[in-house]
Amino acid sequence: MRERGGVADKGRNVRQGYALLAPTLVVVGLTLAAPLGLLLITSLKSQSGIGFEAGWTLAQYSEVLGRGSYRILFARSVVVAALVTALTVALAYPMAYFVAFHARRKFLWLILLTIPFWTSYLLRVFAWKIILGYGGVINSGLLGLGLIAEPLGSLLYNPFAVVVTLAHAWAAFAILPIYVSLEKIDRSLLEAGSDLGDSKLRRFLRITLPLSMPGVIGAAILIFVPTTGDFVTPELVGGPAGAMIANIIETQFTQVGNWPLGAALALVSMTMVAVLAGLFVAAARAAARAVR
Amino acid sequence: MSFLSVSQVSKAFGGARVVDAVDLSVERGMFFSLLGPSGCGKSTLLRMIAGFETPDHGIITIDGVAMNGVPPNLRPTNMVFQSYAIFPHLNVFDNIAYGLRKSGLSSDELRRKVEAMLATVRLEGLGARAADQLSGGQRQRVALARALVREPKVLLLDEPLGALDKRLREAMQIELRAIQRKVGITFVLVTHDQEEALSLSDRVAVMSGGRILQVASPRELYDRPNCREVADFIGEINFFHATVKEVTESSVTVNGGLLGIVALPKTNVANGITAGDHVLLAIRPEHVGIAPQGLSGTIAAATFLGERSHFHVKIPGRTEPIAVSGQAPAGESVSLEFPPEKLIALPATG
Repeated sequence: MRERGGVADKGRNVRQGYALLAPTLVVVGLTLAAPLGLLLITSLKSQSGIGFEAGWTLAQYSEVLGRGSYRILFARSVVVAALVTALTVALAYPMAYFVAFHARRKFLWLILLTIPFWTSYLLRVFAWKIILGYGGVINSGLLGLGLIAEPLGSLLYNPFAVVVTLAHAWAAFAILPIYVSLEKIDRSLLEAGSDLGDSKLRRFLRITLPLSMPGVIGAAILIFVPTTGDFVTPELVGGPAGAMIANIIETQFTQVGNWPLGAALALVSMTMVAVLAGLFVAAARAAARAVR
Repeated sequence: MSFLSVSQVSKAFGGARVVDAVDLSVERGMFFSLLGPSGCGKSTLLRMIAGFETPDHGIITIDGVAMNGVPPNLRPTNMVFQSYAIFPHLNVFDNIAYGLRKSGLSSDELRRKVEAMLATVRLEGLGARAADQLSGGQRQRVALARALVREPKVLLLDEPLGALDKRLREAMQIELRAIQRKVGITFVLVTHDQEEALSLSDRVAVMSGGRILQVASPRELYDRPNCREVADFIGEINFFHATVKEVTESSVTVNGGLLGIVALPKTNVANGITAGDHVLLAIRPEHVGIAPQGLSGTIAAATFLGERSHFHVKIPGRTEPIAVSGQAPAGESVSLEFPPEKLIALPATG
């Protein structure tokens, strides 16, 4: 009796679980899984006027993987996203550390740190355009101080501008997970580290850093994945030299009108990001485990 | 100077004096306990010895070296934390080896030391176990091993057995004492559990309100508490108000109210008590005798404890029942006697 009751309970629990998940499953199914399926189907077609040719083909994939110009765009997207991720995490970590360990009014600090993110993402990108532009804040400031004779043309419309803008745009997304992982660290572990002979720096490297790794990994994934596929920022501040893979995907769907090629580019890009993110997580975990 | 010495050490947090002009001296190789209720300042005192808190006044020396301004990582002390503070990202072996990594040991020597320590705390073969797969008792052993392996001059233990269940705690008490004997390191233990302090320690300091009330051996604390608070804190005890009538060379005569006129041996009376003083007579439950003649009362509540019983006796003319420990008589009424040599007289104030 008891056992049967247990099984019935389990069945009810499972049903209840699915009932709770149902709204999410519907949304995810309609907005994520179905479009992905469509994308996959599209990528196996080839464009003919405004429709697709009958039959299936891998031609788009050989085009994507074979052409050098796409490879450059893939590589640039990954390098820019990696730089943005590294820069953002490196800048966010000390801020998160300060709030977690030294700030008195933590909540106030967190609010202050996230206030810039209450404005639209586009506005923030435009703000950087104004700061970095030919007649922008930096150039006019330097001119006014007499430090330069004519405006620097190299601030905007290049990968540098893309990295700076994205790093700023994603800062809050890095600070919060790192803060949470630091805040969770039991302070007596740090005292134990000191008690067992570690200086503050050694203690940080042996305890704080490895224990905050989940936050660092979370922050890095949260930034790396979307920035690799970002197209607004490169479009607005990147110029031709700062174009990334998402820009060419967007062009395929809108201006060129070659949907199968765009779909293949998108899927290859997704796969690449997933593989790289997986490798990164494995490497970061191994590094944290190697600490003794 | 003693091995570990604390002199006139005070510490205040936000205006409240948590530790108030404390003096202590602990000899080398001793098992010393700081006993007191929570909030009495014992943990703060321990943390000052470890270097996690800085005294506002006073000096702490270990083996003749003043510790003022010495950070925790450079002190010859190690601590077993109340929460154990086991590093969750390291396995048992690496937790224990943590404090040895910088000491320039060869990896063979390090392995040998850690293995030996694992054997001492009876965790042989568990070196590769992850921190989150340990039971409470095992965590306690890892914390102890991790501190002991550094061979500190003084090992500090902050309520190390508080998180364990009763049976495990009793087993660990015996083991802790055995380990201390084996390694010969000076132990300073903080606890609010008087049984633990009495059964483990060579000497116990009873603390209350940031001050030390009495420092003595466990037996002395039990038999000769120097004030009401210590008597009350260490085990159960019955008090009677009394007035001193006469003090002579060998005895003190008091008027003990319900107890009548009693002559106590002088050794049972706290120092500085003179004729006319108001005192408290105190007697342990096991010293109260059951006699055919004596103070009669009725048994209010009895607990059978196997060999003996513990019972409360209501006496007419007294609100507090008297705690008695011994063979409970049949029936409800009982006569009690109070052997004068077992009565102690304490100052009524303080």
